[in-house]
Amino acid sequence: MEILLAIMTGILYAAGIYLILRRSLVKLIIGIVLLGNGVNLLIFLMGGLVKGRPPIIPEDAKHLEGLFADPVPQALILTAIVISFGLQSFAIVLIKRAYKVVKTDDIDAMNETDRI
Amino acid sequence: MKSIILSSASNYLLPLLLLFSVFVLLRGHYLPGGGFIGGLIASIAFILHAFANGLKKTRYLLRIHPGFLIPVGLTVAILSAVAPMIFADLPLLTGLWYPDEIPVIGKIGSALFFDTGVYLVVVGVSLTIIFTISETV
Amino acid sequence: MLLFLQEMSTMLFAILSSFIFALVLFFIGQQRFERFTWLASLLPLGLFIYFAQFIPAIANGDVIHFSTKWVPSLGINLDFQLDGLSLLFTLLITGIGSLVFIYSKEYLKENNKLLRFYCYLSVFMGAMLGLVTSNNIISMFVFWELTSISSFFLISFKNTDKESRKSALLALSITGLGGLSLLAFAVLAGQLTGTYTISEMLTNPELFAQGELSIFLLVFLLLAAFTKSAQFPFHFWLPGAMRAPTPVSTYLHSATMVKAGVYLLLRFSPHFSLNEYFGTILIIFGAITMLYAAVHTLFRTDLKGILAYSTIGALGIMVFLIGIGTAEAITAAIIFIMVHALYKASLFLVTGTIDYGAGTRDITRLAGLRKFMLPLSIAGLLAAISSAGIPPSVGFVGKDLIYESTLHAGLNAGLLTTIALVTNIFMVFAGFIVGVKPFIGKLPEHLSETEKPNFILWGPPILLALLGVVFGLFPGLLGNLFTDNIAAKLSGVEAPHLKLWHGFNFIFLLSLITIGAGLLLYVLWKPSKSKETFIQRFDVLAPKDLIILFGNLFSQLSIFLTRLFQNGYLRRYVMILLVILTVVLGIHIFINPRVFLNIEQIKSLDWNEIIICIIMFFAILFTVFSKSRLSAVAGLGIVGYAMCFIFVFYGAPDLAMTQFTIDTLTVILFVLVLYRLPKYLRMSNPTNRIRDGIIALTFGTFMSFIIVEIMNENPVKNVTEFYSENAYVLAKGKNIVNVILVDFRGFDTMIEIIVLSIAAIGVFALLKLYLKKHEK
Repeated sequence: MEILLAIMTGILYAAGIYLILRRSLVKLIIGIVLLGNGVNLLIFLMGGLVKGRPPIIPEDAKHLEGLFADPVPQALILTAIVISFGLQSFAIVLIKRAYKVVKTDDIDAMNETDRI
Repeated sequence: MKSIILSSASNYLLPLLLLFSVFVLLRGHYLPGGGFIGGLIASIAFILHAFANGLKKTRYLLRIHPGFLIPVGLTVAILSAVAPMIFADLPLLTGLWYPDEIPVIGKIGSALFFDTGVYLVVVGVSLTIIFTISETV
Repeated sequence: MLLFLQEMSTMLFAILSSFIFALVLFFIGQQRFERFTWLASLLPLGLFIYFAQFIPAIANGDVIHFSTKWVPSLGINLDFQLDGLSLLFTLLITGIGSLVFIYSKEYLKENNKLLRFYCYLSVFMGAMLGLVTSNNIISMFVFWELTSISSFFLISFKNTDKESRKSALLALSITGLGGLSLLAFAVLAGQLTGTYTISEMLTNPELFAQGELSIFLLVFLLLAAFTKSAQFPFHFWLPGAMRAPTPVSTYLHSATMVKAGVYLLLRFSPHFSLNEYFGTILIIFGAITMLYAAVHTLFRTDLKGILAYSTIGALGIMVFLIGIGTAEAITAAIIFIMVHALYKASLFLVTGTIDYGAGTRDITRLAGLRKFMLPLSIAGLLAAISSAGIPPSVGFVGKDLIYESTLHAGLNAGLLTTIALVTNIFMVFAGFIVGVKPFIGKLPEHLSETEKPNFILWGPPILLALLGVVFGLFPGLLGNLFTDNIAAKLSGVEAPHLKLWHGFNFIFLLSLITIGAGLLLYVLWKPSKSKETFIQRFDVLAPKDLIILFGNLFSQLSIFLTRLFQNGYLRRYVMILLVILTVVLGIHIFINPRVFLNIEQIKSLDWNEIIICIIMFFAILFTVFSKSRLSAVAGLGIVGYAMCFIFVFYGAPDLAMTQFTIDTLTVILFVLVLYRLPKYLRMSNPTNRIRDGIIALTFGTFMSFIIVEIMNENPVKNVTEFYSENAYVLAKGKNIVNVILVDFRGFDTMIEIIVLSIAAIGVFALLKLYLKKHEK
């Protein structure tokens, strides 16, 4: 399974980068979201995969025994997911406002408006 | 997007989902869940209600502007963070615990209040964002 | 705060007071300030008194230390030290500062930026005081740079004049170069000796004399000192800096700032006492500068131009004397610093007043002004006498010592004495041209309407010139205070006793020749425009133009590079970064291929996992290639839900729940906003798309390789183990992810919710606030 997820991560990276390299701002944002998913998956993989054993201490125990999923990358990713929501919403509203002012979502055309 | 089925369903769903979100928040220390997830579930409940019944009704139901929850949540979180400094002369964010266990919730401590602050901030933030956008677009 | 004040040394407060004063001025406002300008001069006067109270202690040979911790972790303290050398400079800075502060009030009284002027001036004074009292080389560097910066603003004070701005920039770039060099010296010396305290560095002077690095130390120090003190070939910024208002030229470019380089050399001359090159290089550069500048004084017609070159010459003499380095030479240098400050400041102020009254500084057009400016002409005469070294002025004492030290210089005594003699002759000439010539002779027609200057415009120069004579009559005063213990400390030998009269000897003869030849030159040589034009023909070869040419080439190169890399197209930035990263990754993978599959570690594939991955793969393809925004967003949502399943399969229920809710919210958000955004357009041509596709795919493939490679390593799990051991014991929680979030790393979470709040406020502000009418 690891190999499959490694390939998926690569695909997410490739797709995100391809969209970031587009001229349209909307595609840029979608690209960033895809790339973000790729990064989350990467961090998740780095912790090592453990099937079906969440890092939760059983009722009668005081600490975890045996094999369990790594909680540290999980905490990192949880934070990342929530923060990315803030980032995306702000970015998309920024695009909307910018579009209202310069009437384009083409990054190159926006560059032109700088020079005026 | 007004359908009678959805709107009447959402009237029942809202309290159920809110209850669930509080449940998720409270048990977060022991089982999957916590402030972030609880807050997100609560905000989805309100957004669902808004889609079904219109934003005005949801706003009326809420009474307060969701943005108001942000400072409230931040205050709760920060108070719970500095509480150990004030009450017990311990470093910032040290856990303080009430010794006896309470049924359903488990032990009560400053971490729970901190998580509640997170919950309120998340609800406030996501509702502010979504409501503002759907109002102006 | 109070604690901090208590820890602050009085010295730190004295130095900071200038900066505080500048800040306070800022809030007073021009209107109110104009009425109370004279109050500003109480600051330098107060500081003068503050420093003067240390005179008895310093005369006893004490060294006073003050210390305040600044950046203790880097060993940078605000250490101040007051010894004879520092005290001399502080007294010059505050003393001449007081007079300049008063003088400027009248000289610039019609200027509407007077407040700004005083701000810059007091910042400069504070920086200069800090520079000469710092005992820590890093804080010395900071003050050094502050003097450069404040001098930049003072030179370009007439900021509507293009030439002023150009000169200021030139001065800043040359002295800035020196500043960098001083920083290099500071860091290198600090690393070598293990301390940043200047006096402690002295414990092992071998480090400054031997080893490969000692040559760098020397070069860096000399570069710093030569640029600041306008030594050849960096002298050219100083004549340009004369565009500044005359009080500035008086203060910065003759009395104090340009002497910072000389101060630096004096301060570090004990450190370099074992370095054989130190003295020789200083003598060579000093001598070139002296002669070069001396000859130039002949060809200038602007009074300030003549003074600028004679100042460069004087600085050359000081460097030259430090290079000789004997007790006599150091004493001569210190006396000369003082003498020069007094008479040159006086001459500059005289020039300022002439300019103020007569409206010109052109020597060919000035004569007979004594009719309007009698007291000023006395000041000019006294300053000229001091500059010429005619007894009983202090200049005479100084000149005596110069000859004495060159004559005792050993092998090259003859050559050195000749150089000193020639330079001194030109100095006599320059002093008389500026101090005497404008006042004698017949008053020309065009000067008949000259304004009579008031007391403030002639008082300060006459006071300075008088001091030059008083100290000459009582040279013992100076000896007790400064030269005895400065020179002894710096050269290690007891300093010669200062006397006005040495009797009829060879040195006296040399003095006579100097004065006679100088006066003869003054009578015979008439500065004129044609002579000035003549010398300007050699400007092509001058270091100034060469350096400006180099500067232009450099800025063209940087413009080219900036256009290349900072082209304003996000795509290209991303592309450059990615291509470089891809190349690095590619090299790593091909040179050192460790990509293999450890079959044992791999989990078996379940059919549901394969299905999820296939769905995810097609959703990604759909998102990338879809022609409609909405379907792209739908694809994005599916990718998110697929992630959710992966989290569920591999034991991360918290993540799955968060991902699910956030993904839902994101899709709602996009759908809400995208309705009002432009249609998805295909804007790039096929070639670009193929190029980008190749870049993206290569990078993605390499990422997969790297991941497989890393997963073969055994990860370090210390942190994880700590958390899982202690989650229940310490934090009483059983869901470790949540315990990390709210307890172990609670502070991070707190910052995170603050960031989220900021995002929400940002969204709210962007959409609801400051909208134009039609946008509502």
